[in-house]
Amino acid sequence: MAVSASPLVEFRGVEKRYAAGAAAAVAGLDLAVERGEFLTLLGPSGSGKTTTLMMLAGFETPSEGDIYLDGRSLADRPPHKRNMGVVFQNYALFPHMSVAGNIAFPLRVRGIRGADAAAKVEAALALVRLEGLGDRRPDALSGGQRQRVALARALVFEPDLVLMDEPLGALDRQLREHLQIEIKRIQRALGLTILYVTHDQSEALTLSDRIAVFADGRVQQLGPPDTIYERPANAFVAGFMGENNRLAATVITQQGDQCAIRLAGGQIVRATAAATFTPGTAVVAAIRPEHIEMGEQPLPCCNALDGRVDQLVYHGDHRRIHVGLDGGGSLIARVSADRDVKPGDRLAIGWCTDRCFVFPAADGSNPGGEGS
Amino acid sequence: MIAVRSRSGRLGRAALIAFCALVFAFLVLPILAVVPLSLNPGGFLVFPEGGLSLRWYRTLADSPQWTHAFGNSFKIAVATTAIATPLGTLAAIGLSHMRSRAKPVIVALISAPLVMPIVVVAVAFYFLFAPLGLVNGPVGLVIAHSALALPFVVIVVHASLSGLDPDLLRAAASLGAPPLTQLVRVLAPLAAPGIAAGAVFAFMTSFDETTVALFIAGPEQRTLPIQMFEGVREQISPAIAAAATLLIVASTLLLGTAELLRRRGERLRTGSAAPDVGA
Repeated sequence: MAVSASPLVEFRGVEKRYAAGAAAAVAGLDLAVERGEFLTLLGPSGSGKTTTLMMLAGFETPSEGDIYLDGRSLADRPPHKRNMGVVFQNYALFPHMSVAGNIAFPLRVRGIRGADAAAKVEAALALVRLEGLGDRRPDALSGGQRQRVALARALVFEPDLVLMDEPLGALDRQLREHLQIEIKRIQRALGLTILYVTHDQSEALTLSDRIAVFADGRVQQLGPPDTIYERPANAFVAGFMGENNRLAATVITQQGDQCAIRLAGGQIVRATAAATFTPGTAVVAAIRPEHIEMGEQPLPCCNALDGRVDQLVYHGDHRRIHVGLDGGGSLIARVSADRDVKPGDRLAIGWCTDRCFVFPAADGSNPGGEGS
Repeated sequence: MIAVRSRSGRLGRAALIAFCALVFAFLVLPILAVVPLSLNPGGFLVFPEGGLSLRWYRTLADSPQWTHAFGNSFKIAVATTAIATPLGTLAAIGLSHMRSRAKPVIVALISAPLVMPIVVVAVAFYFLFAPLGLVNGPVGLVIAHSALALPFVVIVVHASLSGLDPDLLRAAASLGAPPLTQLVRVLAPLAAPGIAAGAVFAFMTSFDETTVALFIAGPEQRTLPIQMFEGVREQISPAIAAAATLLIVASTLLLGTAELLRRRGERLRTGSAAPDVGA
């Protein structure tokens, strides 16, 4: 059938302004959600990811553009007719109903009652591994259990897709990782299409088939987790996904995606260009701490620099070395905890050309979590 | 040094307690003074000297005038509650959904009967209702009392709704519940304690209202406060004190009920999570 080949959800030219003349919360959004995929909207708070989800659920109306489900416009369809399961950060369980009552709610409003409904509720409880807790009240459950109930409630009526708005944001880290595995298991077992919103990049990397990185109301990059992490499209993505050293530089020459740049301290290194630059352009070079190699002798790789250990920071399983470069500038490198270095040591450091990316200097904002 | 400080601290504390006791006495004593008056076995409205009696309560129960007034007040208050509670609840639901800048204006309009001098409200109702034939009848009195009671219902229900997680209604919608089902199955049960408390306030507002009743009620709608008012003027009998005592008891019980309902509503909304051990 031609219809099933089309994406399940399509945002076409969607824009959202909360007041006329106000800055757009979401702008120029063209995004397709494929059947059966786990797509994560990742970004800092205020980047437009939650607004995007709320527009799809029908709780917000796009100011411009339209959203399509199965090729049909959602413009005039109210939330209760969209057949989407929504999981909220604060669970949003009905406090006056039992666990079973909560899960049966979407069945009751669809006219499913009696033994039929009871069987579905039991199956949903088993799916989230809460068998036997149907008679409990939500306030007698732990946070993790409540979110499992919310998940069961969002799945029991077999929605076309499931929307999750920071569902694990209120839970502690261990429990979060545990539930990530559960969500992924359920998604694979049922072949669910999930649109997931989070600001936690490691959660996005773990769960997703594809990630859309949001900033300032726009999608900065869309792709599989490894591409997003290893080949960031711009300085924002490079800074937001994991740690990155950001070094100010100017372009000397460029051939294809290879370029030579001069760092602020005068050192000349080779790097991978994310765009086409004319010589003399001010750029930012991004390199991850774990991709910096070091030794006492000059290194054989193409970008070799000399420096001195300024400071060591202990992180348990690894240490971070703040390296002051000869000629100026500094960066952070990551080494195993047992490596013998101390402040004041001389070091030879280097990195491979394909690990260092060059972006326009004015590109994107300056997100937290960067290395330098 | 420490001893001196703690002695002055104790003194300050004793002074604070004494002051608070005085304030409470100032507030409560005049009201409670009516209780011993009602237990006076004699025929005058004075404090009892030797011996207490319930004879004036018996007089109340035996007097058709007083029982009629009780019945009138009760009927009018029930009708007022039946009108003001649903109207006020709907207004509160509408207000809680409102994001417009007109909201403070609407709240002010709804609360107008509360802040206006009651005699102005009474005169206004009188001149409005007289040409409509609504004075000297129960209908006009119920309408006027409903207007006075409505702001209380709106305020109490609105407060109980503002503590409600808006995601609950969104969750209900996403699960397939149309707006009316959201209202009936989710909003109403969670707001029920607030609505009930609002109903109690509406009942009390009407039950002890005097000024508007004096203007609008006909001889057939002589309510309890009017009966007491005229009783004081015409025949100063301890029966008035007995009626007043009954009113105090009723008000206290109703206020306590409203407070219990409010707490119950709060518990329902803010059940905290059990710890995540071994989840």
